[in-house]
This record gives sequence, C-alpha cells and structure tokens, in this order.
Amino acid sequence: MKMKRFNPSAVNNKSQRRAIMRYSPIFLMPTAIAFCIGFVWPFIWGIYLSFFRFKTLGNTSFVGLENFIKAFSDESFLSSFGFTVAFTAVSVILINVIAFSIALVLTKGIKGSNIFRTVFFMPNLIGGIVLGYLWKIILDAVIMRFLNSTLALNATYGFWGLIMLVCWQQIGYMMIIYIAGLQNVPYEYVEAAKIDGANGWQLLRRITIPAVMPSITICTFLSLTNGFKLFDQNLALTGGKPFKETEMLALNIYKSFYESTTNMGVGQAKAVIFFVIVVIIALAQLYLTGRKEAK
Amino acid sequence: METSLSRRDRTGRAFLTGIFSLISAAWVLPVIIVLYNSFKDNDAIKTSLFSLPNADSFVGLENFTAGIFHGNYPFYFSVLYSIIITVLSVALILICTSMAAWYISRVDSIFCRIFYYLCIFSMVVPFQMVMFTLSKTADKLALDTPFTIPIIYLGFGAGLAVFLFTGFVKGIPNDIEEAATIDGCNTLQTFFLVVAPIMKSTYISVGILEIMWVWNDYLLPYLVLDKTEYRTIPIHIQYLQGSYGQVDYGATMALIIMCLLPIITVYFICQKHIIKGVLSGAVKG
Repeated sequence: MKMKRFNPSAVNNKSQRRAIMRYSPIFLMPTAIAFCIGFVWPFIWGIYLSFFRFKTLGNTSFVGLENFIKAFSDESFLSSFGFTVAFTAVSVILINVIAFSIALVLTKGIKGSNIFRTVFFMPNLIGGIVLGYLWKIILDAVIMRFLNSTLALNATYGFWGLIMLVCWQQIGYMMIIYIAGLQNVPYEYVEAAKIDGANGWQLLRRITIPAVMPSITICTFLSLTNGFKLFDQNLALTGGKPFKETEMLALNIYKSFYESTTNMGVGQAKAVIFFVIVVIIALAQLYLTGRKEAK
Repeated sequence: METSLSRRDRTGRAFLTGIFSLISAAWVLPVIIVLYNSFKDNDAIKTSLFSLPNADSFVGLENFTAGIFHGNYPFYFSVLYSIIITVLSVALILICTSMAAWYISRVDSIFCRIFYYLCIFSMVVPFQMVMFTLSKTADKLALDTPFTIPIIYLGFGAGLAVFLFTGFVKGIPNDIEEAATIDGCNTLQTFFLVVAPIMKSTYISVGILEIMWVWNDYLLPYLVLDKTEYRTIPIHIQYLQGSYGQVDYGATMALIIMCLLPIITVYFICQKHIIKGVLSGAVKG
C-alpha cells in the first residue's frame, strides 16, 4: 500500500525509516502516553460522564440526555451564555479596532514606535489572576469614589471592568500581529494607488485592509475564542458577583462542578455544550474568513 | 522610503508621537499605581489610592515583608514551586514534543497522522471540557506533586508544541540526516547532534510560549496539586483574595508587585524573543 506523503521531508528509504521506527519508544511514546493521560482519556471519559448522574465517581447512574436537558433549563447557565456572547462581541470589536488603529500609526515610522510597541505589549505577559486583582483594586477605588459602588455590587460595572481588562491585556498582542501584517503590504500597490489619486480612506479600504486580511482572520479568531474561554480574569475581577450576573460560561461550568453538591453530571454536560460551541465558532470563523480571503 | 517630508507631515508625526506618549503613560499607569501604593499604609491606600506616598503614609518595605508571610503560606514557597513546575514542565515539553514531531514527520505512518490530527484537535478543546476528568486521572495516577505535574502539562500542552515543531521540521530536508546516518550516527545522535541545533529558534519560540502558559496557569495546578502543601503563585494570590474577610491592601499590592517585577524585567531584557515566540503561537489558526 502506498500512502500519499503529507510532507516532502518524510523518509522514503525503507531501511532508514525502519531504523528510525526502532526508536519509537524513545521518540514518540513519552509524548503519546502523556497525551493520552492529559488529553485523550479525560476527553473521552468526559463525554461518557456527561450521560451519567453522579456526586462521586463511585456512584454513577446512566440518565441519557437528562443532564443536557437540565443544563439547558438552568437559568444561570443561559444567562452566563448571554453574558459571554455580549462580552465577546464587544471585546472582539474593541480589541481589533483599537489594535489595528494603533498598528496603523506605529507602522508610519513615527518617533518612539519601538517603545510604544514594547509598552502596549507588556500587559500580555501578566497572568489572568494577578491581572484581575490588579484591576480590581484600581477599578474598585475609582468606582467607589465617583459612583459610590463596587464591582461586586453592580453587574454593569463588572461588565465594563472586564472589557477594560481584556482590552488592556490583548490589544498589544493583536497589535503585534497587525504590525507584522501591515509590514507585508506591497509598497508598489500603495504607490500605484497614490498616483491614481486615492485618498487616505480609499487606500485603507481598497489596498491595506484586503492585504492584511490574513492578520484580521487570525486576530478575530483569537479574540473570539479568548473571549469565550475567559476564566481567570472573570474569577479574579468579579467572581460572578453580584448574584452570578457577571458569570461567564467557563466560570459557570466550574461552579456547577465544584460548588454544587447535587449532580456533577450537569456540569460535565455543560462542558460538552461549551466544547461544541467553541468548535462551531472556530469552524464558522475559519469558513467565513477563508471565503473572504479567496475573493 | 520617503526622503523629503513636508512640514505638515513632520508636525503631524510629532503630534502623533505626543499623543502616543500620553497613551503609553496611561497604559502603564495601573502598574505604577500599584507600585507606589505598595509603599503606603493600609489606611492611606483605602482612603486615597491615587495620591503618592507622603511622610505620613510611607511605610518603607513593611508591606513587602508582610506580603511574604501573608496568609498561612509563605510567598517564597509558592515562588519556589512555580519555578520548579515551570522549569520541569517546559523542559519536558520541549524535549519530548520536538522528538515526537521529528518522528511524526519522518516516519509519517497512519498512527503518526492520527496522532498529529488529534494534536491539532486538542488545541480547540477548552480546558473546562477535560477539567474534572483530568484532575481525577491525575489524582489516581498520583501526579499531584510539583515533580509529577509536568507529565500532565506535557499531555495537555502537547498539541500546540507538536504542531509548531512539526511545522518547522517538515521544512528541513532530510538529506542532512541521511548524510549523518551514512557517517555512522544512530537515530538519537542524528536527532540531537544534527536536527536539534537547526531547530534552535523554534525551541526558543515554543519555550517562551510554554513558559508563559505554565507560569501564569491557575486552574490546572489548582485542581491537580495537593493545595495544603503545594501552591503556585497564582493559587497563592487567589487564596489570599478569595478567603480573607479583612483584606490587607498593602500586602496585596506588595505581592502583586513581587509577581510583576520579575516578568517585566525579563520582558525588557529579551522582548525580541518573547514577541517572536508569542507570535509563533498565534499562527496556529
């Protein structure tokens, strides 16, 4: 049987290939075994458990789709879904528009571009938990002084606090990707358009944006999944307060596992639903932007 | 590119530089605020977060010593465990996944392909999907110490690392390795003496990506580790915040600064590598 090689670097020489394969216990097995422990088995087991009712693993009973029905009729789950969608929509637009604008300016060759780039990227290195508490302290102080409230008391403040936080964290990252994309815009196109008398807006609309479409794909995709999967920042900044109103999907799932005493199967069912949503987003996004790029 | 700038262009640029200096200053402001507050006493922090420390409110390094012993778990233990976990995990991931990636691209059997596509698939799966079952599996296999948790990190982080390494290895023609084999290298020697040095820049990029992930990760170690004994920095911070009724603001500020300073220092020293490494992870879509 002859297989189509998926890469030109594969070894075709039989004896050499066999010599490499003899080393598979050293080369492949450690990663493969760890991958099974750390991903494959938990994943399969997770899907399996979503059809069972259980409090402890010693006592499980098959309930079919009951967990999923319960998950969909759980109001906190639905409201966390709504919150996540709203949050993701706002954050994707803000992050990408601002990051792209900054990248546009920083590729114009103004003085200090490198320093600005360094500064904007910096928050990206700070972990979600530390980041969350850093902002919590500052935002609480501001809100207390001017609005006489706190993040934990008002869901609107919690929402915009989270938006500010992820913008601060992710704009620099997306900006770097946009800068890399903008630097690859062919200069001849820009020149030709200028000679043809294109104004700044036309240049951006007709030349620059189509040319950086791949970067836009990557950044929208990243900020979209980041928004949907957000957990650490949510936990640290608001913890879902007040009354679960600022709880996002990931946190809601976490709480239905570790703060419920009734049936952990519902938590697992929610996790499966969450997984399916994330996969659908990823596929839809790739499909849509892939089509745009082809044009 | 442009040799002669018109006067309008030049003032426009100076204007942009001015605006961006202001924005940059605002960008680092949150860190600056926490920095100077870490030298103030609790009352001053609570009543006036935005004023600089003065003779009354300045407490020197008191907050830092308080921060280190804050809670019933010393901060330096969590630093130690964070370092142990990060170093071991990243080393393990780099060595194992680069070897696996090379094997996958050279042998290219059906099993290799299945493994490769599973790796890509695993990058899309959110952690909550496997959170519960993974922590139970780790428990059962006694992988709940800082010295064994790297195996979990290798397993869950394999997807991205294998993907990135394979992407690079596929681009290396195997003529060089053939030559090495003819010269008498066995497979191990070929890999470590010939292939690994070529992949140096990929090692750095993937390494930075994994360091940032493991160092900042909260939920995985929180669920897997035995928390009475082992806490990483994020777990430590979360514990102090989550459980305390009376929050010691000064100590919290000092703790946050102690978490940030090393990261920011390292970033300014090797930002080129860091930005490149982080970018390489972005192309995974």
